[in-house]
Amino acid sequence: MKLNDFEQAMLAGELGPVRKLALEHQLSVGRFFGAADFVPVTQAHIMADTESLGEAGVAWLEKLASHPSRERRVRIPTITDPRGTDFTKAAALKQAPWMLALERRAIDAFVKLGVLMTDTCINYQTVMSATRGEHVAFGDTGVVIYSNSVCGARSNFEGGPSALSAGLTGRTPRYGFHLDERRRATLMIELDWIPERLDDWGALGAVIGKLAGNYWAVPVIEGLERAPGSDALKHFGAAMASFGSVALFHMVGVTPEASRLEDVAGPGLPRHRVGRDAVRALQAGYRDGGSVDVVVFSAPQLSLLELAHLADLCDGRRFKIPLLAVTSPQVKPDAERMGFVARIEAAGGTVLAGMCFYQSYAREIGEANGWRRLATNSAKLVNILGGYGYRPLLASMEACVGAAHTGTLQ
Amino acid sequence: MIAEYRSHHAMGGPLRGIALVARDGFSARYDLDRIHGVFSRPQHALAGQSYLGRILVLDTAKGGVASAWMLYEMASRGKAPLALVFNSVNPIMAQGTALAGLTMLAGFDCDITAELASGDEIELDPATQTVRVLARARPAT
Repeated sequence: MKLNDFEQAMLAGELGPVRKLALEHQLSVGRFFGAADFVPVTQAHIMADTESLGEAGVAWLEKLASHPSRERRVRIPTITDPRGTDFTKAAALKQAPWMLALERRAIDAFVKLGVLMTDTCINYQTVMSATRGEHVAFGDTGVVIYSNSVCGARSNFEGGPSALSAGLTGRTPRYGFHLDERRRATLMIELDWIPERLDDWGALGAVIGKLAGNYWAVPVIEGLERAPGSDALKHFGAAMASFGSVALFHMVGVTPEASRLEDVAGPGLPRHRVGRDAVRALQAGYRDGGSVDVVVFSAPQLSLLELAHLADLCDGRRFKIPLLAVTSPQVKPDAERMGFVARIEAAGGTVLAGMCFYQSYAREIGEANGWRRLATNSAKLVNILGGYGYRPLLASMEACVGAAHTGTLQ
Repeated sequence: MIAEYRSHHAMGGPLRGIALVARDGFSARYDLDRIHGVFSRPQHALAGQSYLGRILVLDTAKGGVASAWMLYEMASRGKAPLALVFNSVNPIMAQGTALAGLTMLAGFDCDITAELASGDEIELDPATQTVRVLARARPAT
């Protein structure tokens, strides 16, 4: 890879061992993908819950954080994905003290590194969205696909170590979706049905993600009569990324790089018609009509508008089973101020902030609480939790709230 | 040496081992019981099988970004696969493999999961971006 003078200096250790380590890591990845050089980035977003990090990952962070301040602090705004707990609700989740201790150590290390603890996977709705053409280094696949597709920004999936490295060096290897040629569509999806509910948008994203099948695939979607809202595209993109590892889609007439089909697509692309039948078939795999142990709204964190809708659904109900609604630390104060949290909790629900269910030791809290049959409106969440010992069930928010009330998903 | 296959991408050091092969995806978070070193996702083609000490040969990297940390954590406990071979790979798998110091080859002109079988003894040579088959688990048909 071609390095400029500043990058050569970092690699030589002239800016300290932390930035040297970060650049070396980035070089390994860049060379693997044949990157020609680095591209400056303006923001980084780090996924680093301690279930993923483990003791080894936290110790790695602490080692970086032990260096002098001028050597260890990030050079660009660097924010965090959800953490592995909401400390105020950890006892209710039956999280073990060692989990919280590990979280506190990781947070201490990140703060010393100059990282802003935003703890959110919906930073594009709550902190600062990236702009068209802005090169960024974002973690959380849902954040990347939304930023690339809806905002027109440029990011690869940057896992925690690489996103932190980008924060420390202010750059990332120029490969993948930083390049014009990688952003061209590779398959066409013709929609003959437009979802209304968020769980349907998620399931549609899941179907397209499975069709696309890998990170380098870029679906272009035709057939929308009007632009979906931000929450719809949030669920759509998060599920597509989860089921297919997809990082970028285009919607003709909706997303910024695809005003016209020919802006992103050449002739002869593979074509797929996708409609209601495919979505219902996917959903049927996550429905069996039985009892439910817990209802979870998470992955992605809920927006203020989702919490407002949930509060409406909770009015006048009393839940038989736990209902957990997870949002960002930025949204929760507004939801409290507007009374949404009180209304959800009056029905017996719990509103958590700054975490995500699957990033919060899902296997252990499931076993501790006897939660196996879990209902949610998140297609992303059902895709993940099968590997954690759950029987995940996918339904609308309305049906999930009904399940919390009756104990059975209708 | 029985056969060899060139990859488009490679990192890590050379090694030999026994292959564990499936035409399925891979995500450390979605698919594994990382404590015990087995595939835990019921729908996965290798569900219930241990990957410890095996060179995983799979179709593509799937899912989220957690594998970037998890491979390092797994390696620290001796619970990582011996090495990774994919038809196609995403950045997360490359980032995690780099942090964990593992060996990975990815991107072939053939379907590498069809060319290799579980139990084959294979050699990975990242310097020449080559997978070599040293012994077949069963005779070619």
